[in-house]
Amino acid sequence: MKKFFETVVEKILMVSGTITSLTIILIIVFLFSQATGLFNSSVVEENHSLVVNSQNRVQTLTPMQIKDIFDQEITSWIEVGGEDEDIIVFRFSDITSYVSEEELGDEFQFIPQVMSKIINENPAIIAFLPDQYLPNPTDGTRVMDCGDITLGDFFGGEEWFPTAQPAPLFGVLPLILGTLWVSLAAILFALPFGLAGAIFLSELASSRVRSLLKPIIELLAGIPSVVYGFFGLVVIVPLLQDWFNLAVGETALAGAIILAIMALPTIITVAEDAIRSVPRTIREASLALGASKFQTIVKVVIPYAVSGIMAAVVLGIGRAIGETMAVLMVTGNAAVIPTTLLEPVRTIPATIAAELGEAPTGGVHYEALFMLGVILFVITLVISITVEIIASKRPKQIM
Amino acid sequence: MKRKTLIQNIAFGIFRLMALSVVAILVWIIGFLVVKGAGALSWEFITESPTDGMTKGGIFPAIVGTLCLVVGSMVFAFPIGVMSGIYINEYAANNWVVKFIRVMTNNLSSIPSIVFGLFGMALFVNTLGFGDSILAGSLTLGLLVLPIVIRTTEEALKTIPDTYRQGSYALGASKLTTIRKVILPMAMPNITTGLILAVGRVSGETAPILFTCAAYFLPKLPTSIFDQVMALPYHLYVLATSGTDIEAARPVAYGTALVLILIVLIVNLLAGVLRGYFNKKLR
Repeated sequence: MKKFFETVVEKILMVSGTITSLTIILIIVFLFSQATGLFNSSVVEENHSLVVNSQNRVQTLTPMQIKDIFDQEITSWIEVGGEDEDIIVFRFSDITSYVSEEELGDEFQFIPQVMSKIINENPAIIAFLPDQYLPNPTDGTRVMDCGDITLGDFFGGEEWFPTAQPAPLFGVLPLILGTLWVSLAAILFALPFGLAGAIFLSELASSRVRSLLKPIIELLAGIPSVVYGFFGLVVIVPLLQDWFNLAVGETALAGAIILAIMALPTIITVAEDAIRSVPRTIREASLALGASKFQTIVKVVIPYAVSGIMAAVVLGIGRAIGETMAVLMVTGNAAVIPTTLLEPVRTIPATIAAELGEAPTGGVHYEALFMLGVILFVITLVISITVEIIASKRPKQIM
Repeated sequence: MKRKTLIQNIAFGIFRLMALSVVAILVWIIGFLVVKGAGALSWEFITESPTDGMTKGGIFPAIVGTLCLVVGSMVFAFPIGVMSGIYINEYAANNWVVKFIRVMTNNLSSIPSIVFGLFGMALFVNTLGFGDSILAGSLTLGLLVLPIVIRTTEEALKTIPDTYRQGSYALGASKLTTIRKVILPMAMPNITTGLILAVGRVSGETAPILFTCAAYFLPKLPTSIFDQVMALPYHLYVLATSGTDIEAARPVAYGTALVLILIVLIVNLLAGVLRGYFNKKLR
């Protein structure tokens, strides 16, 4: 009986041991299952279509072209491969400027006929209509087949404009570049301080100073990201605005500074562990050869610990890439491809946090945001595998 | 002075200065929030509801909400995390299973919190139909801090010398009895450290609760685990970035930030004290 009880307990413990693995599998399953619908969604907004005159030679339009047409950036069909005719843009709300309300019928039952009349009279028209009001396709009209959102549109697109009508733009390039831009800048700021801190802690500080500094670094790691964001918003942002004479202080630079502070504890702790694990004999051999302590650190200790330091840097980058709230609050969130540190950027996590609340569940926008989650997940997975590989690499034997 | 020594002194001076600046940053952040926030702190501030479009009044509902989430996530994460840690350290032979679990736990802890938010929304809110609720938020946060609990448990168990286990076996105790009567009581203070750190993490996380439970403003306190809640970190986010009058809400925002900082300070202090106690006991 007792034996049986022990076995049961062991099995229960084993099950709880698998829960982290199970969670990861569930995360993968759910992120992907919510996101994959994106590439089966049509380019044009759901339950809507673009209708043209059947004489129109243009067979298909890209999301970018659709946006430019409706923004009047493209004004002639010749620019998208058609006749040299000025494009007439027709939104559904424009219908009353073509016909009177009586002609639409009491229950709008005549709209399809009215539409086919309008489209036949205006060969250069492009009409954006809800699907229930589509004219009969035999009436000299044609629904433009724009296809589904492609991988190229998503990963190669340079504009993120999920609420654009008639075709939302899900170009993820500015978001990916924005994320990398802010994170790499943050690591560049944090690395010298992190490395100096790690060297100081492991090589220079007395054990009393060390036992004082360690909790301080833990505290820095424990401050919630929203507090960092708030601090950035009320202190760093106005400061930058002042220094650089900017119209807005919410910039990539503000994000990078806050992220650098947030990444510091990770970098210091991991790098310090790496430096500490350098065998004493190697240090002593160097000192015995007449090298100074500083020379020993630079020429022996750091080269020996370099894989651990690399791991610290990569981990720090991972932290920075995934950080949401602080970045959301200080970077200004403009979805443009960044060129300098002094303009607003928008990162992947900030986009998810800012937009998921407004995206209807199951819609294209929702799916696109989950696809961003997938990208983020994959990036962090690659990073933690990289760290695993770097950290497990044995340092080169020093002969 | 030799050139070598001179270079060394300059370099070490720079190292010291840079390490010191890390401390300075922390002092700056905490000092700033204490100075700005202390004025807002009062008994009314932590016991009253927000009034005047969140520009006046207190943060009581947000404190209650965060408390609900802390309790909810710990009820879930603490037992599972501790059991998981016991399994890794005491039962699983040191083979690929342990390695696999450890790698997975590491991976889980490196997943960004916003991804947890997405996952929690997809699984708990939509698929399981919990809606925006304390339950959904607690489960999401629980999964987020699971690695912390597992790791501290594992570490706590690892520091207990094998001689204790062997001594217990020699007296005829079974494995389970040994764990229950010898190992766990000894490791408990350190395991509790993990619990406390997890509490600190849960009370500060915003991204995972954005879409699983957090509410902008609620006129009354939650009555069941299927209610939405206000929460401190989300409250600070709302006060800082949106709202009817951001400038007028600043004092309340400073106060909220200070409360969050105080929680972190207390949590770290408690954890430190417990760790010291544990190490003394082991010796």
